Amino acid sequence: MLNQIFDNLLLLGLAQAAAATVLALIVVLFSRFERIHLERETLVALARGFVQVIAVGSVLLLLLKGPTWTSIFVLAAMVVAAATISARRTPGIPGAFRVSLQGIGLGAGLVISSMTLLGVIEAEITALVPVGSMIIAAAMRGNALALERFRAEVTAHTGQIEAALALGADPNTTVRTYVQTAIQASLIPSIDSLRSLGIVWIPGMMSGMILSGSDPIYAAIYQFVIIAMIFAATGLTAVPSVLMIRTWIFTPAQQLRLRPSDTSD
Amino acid sequence: MTLSHDPHLDNKEFILSARNLSREVDGKLLVDNISLDVRTGSIIAIVGPSGAGKSSFLRLLNRLDEPTQGTVFLDGQDYRTLPPTALRRRVGMLMQAPYLFAGTVAQNIRFGPQQQGKTLSTKDIEDLLDKVGLAGFSERDINNLSGGEAQRVSLARTLANKPQVLLLDEPTSALDEASKRDVETLVAEIVAQDALTCLLVTHDVGQAKRLAGHVMVMKSGHQTAVGPVKEVLGA
Repeated sequence: MLNQIFDNLLLLGLAQAAAATVLALIVVLFSRFERIHLERETLVALARGFVQVIAVGSVLLLLLKGPTWTSIFVLAAMVVAAATISARRTPGIPGAFRVSLQGIGLGAGLVISSMTLLGVIEAEITALVPVGSMIIAAAMRGNALALERFRAEVTAHTGQIEAALALGADPNTTVRTYVQTAIQASLIPSIDSLRSLGIVWIPGMMSGMILSGSDPIYAAIYQFVIIAMIFAATGLTAVPSVLMIRTWIFTPAQQLRLRPSDTSD
Repeated sequence: MTLSHDPHLDNKEFILSARNLSREVDGKLLVDNISLDVRTGSIIAIVGPSGAGKSSFLRLLNRLDEPTQGTVFLDGQDYRTLPPTALRRRVGMLMQAPYLFAGTVAQNIRFGPQQQGKTLSTKDIEDLLDKVGLAGFSERDINNLSGGEAQRVSLARTLANKPQVLLLDEPTSALDEASKRDVETLVAEIVAQDALTCLLVTHDVGQAKRLAGHVMVMKSGHQTAVGPVKEVLGA
């Protein structure tokens, strides 16, 4: 109906955004009726989300007209931003930013570069930036999940770890179980995505491709490719990140640095 | 035991010598310049109120924490020259809580020797369990142990490494009165049997009197008194 009223694509987009916002406001009104006060938070989030996505769209508009090599800088900036966000999730871990930067850089970088070389991702800025961003975002989530889980496991099992150290175990042995748990935890969302693909959800990329007229079968296969790449990037980030942080949590004299608090007695 | 003079490092009379040990964390001195010589085969109790730095001092002796000043000599050798894993096998530690690993009693007891590539035989395990009064417990899951039994398994696990020095960090503080006395008697028997050198942290003066020949008193990270139990704590 809206597309019959508006000829201009920009005006049509704004009208569609307004329609979707009305639905969101109904939720706010209902919440208020139930005395759940989300008005300010929701309105700020809606406004912020709208401004952010328009800003990104504008930047992309400029970038997508640029040469392919500029995508390397865009993706590198995304990796730095992802490492910063990821490190914020694990404030108790020394060197979390450096580890996150190396982990995400390695995991996402390996997947993006190898898939681009194989031609799975087109070597065009219009493909590299959006697909690369999805892979970097997944690497960031995997990294944050793995590091946070590792931190939680280590601080919850300080006694067992120090008991093992006191029995003459080397540090890697004392935290082996927690390394495994952290890596598993980081991979579970990606495994669930693969399991439920097409049954529980039809992902955005596939929906977008179908909406823009692509063959639905090719769109489905390519969506599988994306999810598989996301899984690979998650694992290739989580494993090195956790292994690197494992060395950071012990001193050279094999003492546990990461403890809930120092004993004073 | 002697203090405030250089240890006779070549003299095998002293197995462990702490020299000017301090540990400072966030500007707070948990252990302040403590020196202590420990004779081979002796039992020394470390007593003092909560927050005195007793456990902090003990953790410096097997290098679970790093001294900010001073060092420890083990058999005359500066412990910073030893690999931490080797040092901790020779200076075993029993903590306040047993901190057993998931699995069976036998798996826990095998853990220490396994780190050196050694496998304890079933007989070795049974002998250790017999020693701590838990004969027949080897295949029991650690979740099915009482507090006292778990602490005994922890002791057997520490002894499996055949340590020269045993550090006991309030090993009975989490136990009820009956279990506490049982573990205390057991420790006394084992230390005597194996001629182990032992440092016992306790806030229980009675326990110090029952178990130790010598005592070091701590307050606010300082060493305030040291000497034979009868002289320092009275009869």
